[in-house]
Amino acid sequence: MLKDNIRKIFSEAKERGWVMEPQAKDLLRLAGMDVPRFLYTADVAEAIRFAGEIKYPVVAKVVSPDVIHKSDASGVALGIPDDKRLGDVFTEMSKIRGFQGIIVEEAIKGIELIVGMKMDTQFGPVILLGMGGTAVEIYKDVSLRMAPLREHDAESMMMHLIAKPLLEGYRGSDGVNMNELKRTLLAFSSLVMEFEKEVESVDLNPVICDASRCVVADARIMLAGH
Amino acid sequence: MNLKRLFKPETMAVVGVSLSNESNPANVVYNKNRLRYPVKVFAVNGKGGTIRGETLYRKVQDIPAKIDLVIIATKAEIVPSVVSDCIEANAGGAVIISGGFAETGCMDLQNQLVSIAKEFDFPLIGPNCLGIFSPDHMDTFFIPGERLLIPDRGRVAMVSQSGGILVDHMIKCAAEGVGMSLAVSIGNKAVIKELDLLQYFKDDPDTDVITFYLEGFDENEGRDFVVAASECGKPVIVLKSGKTPGGTKAVKSHTASIAGDYEVFSSIMSQYGVVEAKDEFEMVAFAEALSCYQRSIQGRVAIITGSGGHGALATDACFLHGLSVPVLSQSAQAELHSLVSPTIRDISSFVNPIDLTGSAVDDDFMAVVRSVSRNDDIECIIVLLLPYLPRITMDLSAQLSLLCQQEGKPIVAYIPHVDKYKMLVEGFMLNKIPVADSIEDAIHMAEAMRRYKSC
Repeated sequence: MLKDNIRKIFSEAKERGWVMEPQAKDLLRLAGMDVPRFLYTADVAEAIRFAGEIKYPVVAKVVSPDVIHKSDASGVALGIPDDKRLGDVFTEMSKIRGFQGIIVEEAIKGIELIVGMKMDTQFGPVILLGMGGTAVEIYKDVSLRMAPLREHDAESMMMHLIAKPLLEGYRGSDGVNMNELKRTLLAFSSLVMEFEKEVESVDLNPVICDASRCVVADARIMLAGH
Repeated sequence: MNLKRLFKPETMAVVGVSLSNESNPANVVYNKNRLRYPVKVFAVNGKGGTIRGETLYRKVQDIPAKIDLVIIATKAEIVPSVVSDCIEANAGGAVIISGGFAETGCMDLQNQLVSIAKEFDFPLIGPNCLGIFSPDHMDTFFIPGERLLIPDRGRVAMVSQSGGILVDHMIKCAAEGVGMSLAVSIGNKAVIKELDLLQYFKDDPDTDVITFYLEGFDENEGRDFVVAASECGKPVIVLKSGKTPGGTKAVKSHTASIAGDYEVFSSIMSQYGVVEAKDEFEMVAFAEALSCYQRSIQGRVAIITGSGGHGALATDACFLHGLSVPVLSQSAQAELHSLVSPTIRDISSFVNPIDLTGSAVDDDFMAVVRSVSRNDDIECIIVLLLPYLPRITMDLSAQLSLLCQQEGKPIVAYIPHVDKYKMLVEGFMLNKIPVADSIEDAIHMAEAMRRYKSC
């Protein structure tokens, strides 16, 4: 079942070389990972209706086959407070090259992590966990392990981050639910073991974690051979 | 693939022995084995003849004995036909010293070797390698013996893609008194690769520790290697070259950009309990420590010395290498206080590091090491033994070694390795206690046990 969905989504994305966010999130949800409630639409009225349903503030992101890094292309709007602002954001984003619609999704707060996968020539699929956001390549606070992850591998990935005290709750702030984070890592590990050689790398960035859940807020799957 | 006849041969043939050039690699190998090792050796050259009264056989098949190992040091073009001869003669395996294969772009010639070997399940080392070194038994290195420093027979196996690095490690092992079971240079590793050797040494009763110098694995080989290493039941140590990225690749994902080849390698080695050495000094120190103790520790050490400065430097080094130097409990400190001589009782420090001062005598060291050996808060004892302390004797290291075996808690020692203190160094070394030439190396030895995860 999961394999069939993977095939279907990858064959649609093959030409472009990467899987767009709505399809990537569908796949993650099927694999048992938590994603925000979202709607992918090219209709502004529909976007506004959905925002009312999930309650403001919401997040909007552009969906375009020409935009891999959305924030670099002004394709991400956080903390949208009302219908008017959402309408304006829609108008702005519709000017971005290759515009196919937007994702409207619930705004999630918590600690931002990155979970990733790289297909390594010598070792096969390798999984990364680190402090996420756009500065991930600057701080490089990451743990790497060969997939499939065993339970103790997932635990040691969390324990080896420099930011471990932040995850555990630093100076009175809420930490993250370690069990949920571990469950997310193990579900992701099982998913990437199904990928074989078709995928070059995956970024789930950010994965937003709080004391109750870990939610994959954005996902990018790069296919091999591009 | 059975590698036993290849690595423990009774008979050996050397192909390519020259009648006119004694510095030919085949001649060096033939001569050293004939003159210095118990293996029975035969010379082969397509032209035939005699060399110093012995027959030069035209082909391996012509030798009137069952041949276990064949050393091939001929021109690259004729190597495939010599390998076919070996198979016809039912030899146990071959080492191809000759270069001129994949490393010079001649992939076809190398592929020819691979397909012959695979078809007949014939073990081949190389090509483009130094081959095998087995202390007191045989040696296929085309380096004259007088240029080598040869380690004693011991329990460390070394595998290296590079022959030069292998010889260098052997020299360092010999200098540090680390004995070897076998050293193998695998060169282009066309047929026998790291994984095959890992599997061989896993079952080899003469080997306790397996070390590898690695340049890189072929596709997915790294995965098989770490899984096999974690299941092999013996410590595996690796030293990797190519840690720096060779040129920048444009990558579109954060993960691919951060997870560089070396970061991935290093993380996975540690994930599977393979001990990664950062340089050749660590490699030799790790091999020495793990050949004495095939066990893992969490990292809680006690430092026992006669100099506060040594204790402080060692504590710093422990911290940098992920070891902890826990403060001893009040009762443990009180016990040590009561055990030592009255003269040092009130000037020593028992907190950890334990400094017995320059006035300590042998019995003080013995009593303190015995007591700390029985302390469950401590997993390993680092003894920084300063031979110039005026009241200790040259017997102390041997006494401590025997005490260590009695108590069963690992000790690693530091003594400057100079001729004047050789008796103290040997008191440890000959009694299977790892002894370092620097404080840093003593810490490496303890670190080796922390990095190793026994299954």
